[in-house]
Amino acid sequence: MSNDVLSDIKRMHIMTLLESGKRIDGRGFEERRKIELMPNFVPRAEGSARLKLGDTDVLAGIKMDIGTPFPDTPDSGVMTTNAELIPMASPFFESGPPRPEAIELSRVVDRGIRESQTVDMGKLCITPGEEVWIMFIDIHTLDYDGNLFDAASLAALAALKGTTVPAAKFGKGEDYALPVEHLPIASTFVKIGDKILLDPNYEEQQVANARLTITFDENGDLRAMQKGIGGGFTSEEVKYMMEVAKRTSREVMDELF
Amino acid sequence: MGGHSDIVLIDKNGIRLDGRKADELRPIKIEAGVLKRADGSAYVVWGNNMVLAAVYGPREAHPRHVQNSNRAIVQAKYNMAAFSVGDRKRPGPDRRSVEISKIISEALEAVTMTELFPRATIDVYMEVLQANAGTRCAAITAASVAMADAGIPMRGLVTGCAAGKAGDKVILDLGQEEDNFGQADVPLAIVPRTGEVVLLQMDGHLTQEEFDEAFRLATEAAVNVVYPLQVEALKRKYAGSTEDIEEGITNGGLANSVINETPSEVNADEIVEELASREEKVALEDMDDGKQGGEQ
Repeated sequence: MSNDVLSDIKRMHIMTLLESGKRIDGRGFEERRKIELMPNFVPRAEGSARLKLGDTDVLAGIKMDIGTPFPDTPDSGVMTTNAELIPMASPFFESGPPRPEAIELSRVVDRGIRESQTVDMGKLCITPGEEVWIMFIDIHTLDYDGNLFDAASLAALAALKGTTVPAAKFGKGEDYALPVEHLPIASTFVKIGDKILLDPNYEEQQVANARLTITFDENGDLRAMQKGIGGGFTSEEVKYMMEVAKRTSREVMDELF
Repeated sequence: MGGHSDIVLIDKNGIRLDGRKADELRPIKIEAGVLKRADGSAYVVWGNNMVLAAVYGPREAHPRHVQNSNRAIVQAKYNMAAFSVGDRKRPGPDRRSVEISKIISEALEAVTMTELFPRATIDVYMEVLQANAGTRCAAITAASVAMADAGIPMRGLVTGCAAGKAGDKVILDLGQEEDNFGQADVPLAIVPRTGEVVLLQMDGHLTQEEFDEAFRLATEAAVNVVYPLQVEALKRKYAGSTEDIEEGITNGGLANSVINETPSEVNADEIVEELASREEKVALEDMDDGKQGGEQ
């Protein structure tokens, strides 16, 4: 991602438009791109969702297995999140071991879901200290047009919402729906010059000098944050973004879930 | 192959587990140009297989020592999503996917006019989103549509299809159970325009007569059923209407009417179409629109 280039003309164009209050794709500063959700896209997975945020296209799949719990949480299931920035999605993604960008993405998505206790992990315990459900969240990036954090988090959440715990297959009683208790919604902003934009597309992200992701749950409580790229925000700017994130995440929730 | 069980794969009426006859394919859907960033892309749903293919290039080959100073190289990568199979697959390449990537690269290279792009690479990425037996055939079928969508000069499309033996009968396009508990599998890929076989594998146990029958079933299905779907997918994207194509298939049959043009002309047409549609776009849309037209 870092060696990605954007022509100077394009860069100037984006900046000049912003000065006159416009974004290159005609959206308002606090406006998300259109979200298109295809739930249960991969029927063979325990849960899945393909989600398009504008032209950014991600596929999240959930697999469940039985394993041993961590010693410090013997009565709680285990979740792991893995994001793949596959070379299909962008001319600048390469195959090989996950690079820092993919690891950051995995961890930001993981944090949003884990810290908001989206899934009641206590209900994923089979025998305390011995057997628990392991929940794998795998995120496949298919087409990269910016703001993977929001797209991947939403896809993961939508996939979890439709997940069935395959208990019958493992001889552990009847299948049941994964207990999803909360709805954390991530909102990512970038700063270009002194302008702050919600849901940056690829080109805006290339020009940006600072980035912040804020995750709110359905009660309007803050669940996770992640600041990225070199530049900084003033505390007023952070407050402003919190407000916008809180309001718009509610809209996303109402629209999708 | 090789697994044995009491499952009756084919009943006494010759009907298979999923209700198909011996020489029947699973339902197939092909769509061209489904991704924005890639130079070309295609999506194939083949029964319960779901495969997405994307093409980048021709572009500079890295690292330098893989470059060929006389021609381009085709680097295909076959990858399965972690959630595509019954038990979660660990992400990343395993021995199986490395082998499949290699034979698909070679099969695609056979039809690509690599001599036009010295030192370059044509990268083809195939992602199996859901697997249900026959993914390599679905993958190569998607890959060649994606290459045509990217405007890569080719001598013809490559079409994959498999046949094999299960329940003591030679059958077309093995499903999951037939693959797991059957007796043989013959995946192949053919260039329908020239009749060349560019990919061929076999495992299991067949007599020579059975192989001949399997080979015939797979090649005929590839040429008569799958190939027209590939052509139709490309025309649907670039011509905007499928009426002419359907007419061609039913009236004249595949050989003489679906694709009379040479492949290079197909690509030229595509480029012209693409350019025309871009010009329209530019004319119609506000210049403030952020789409980068020249990305290819």
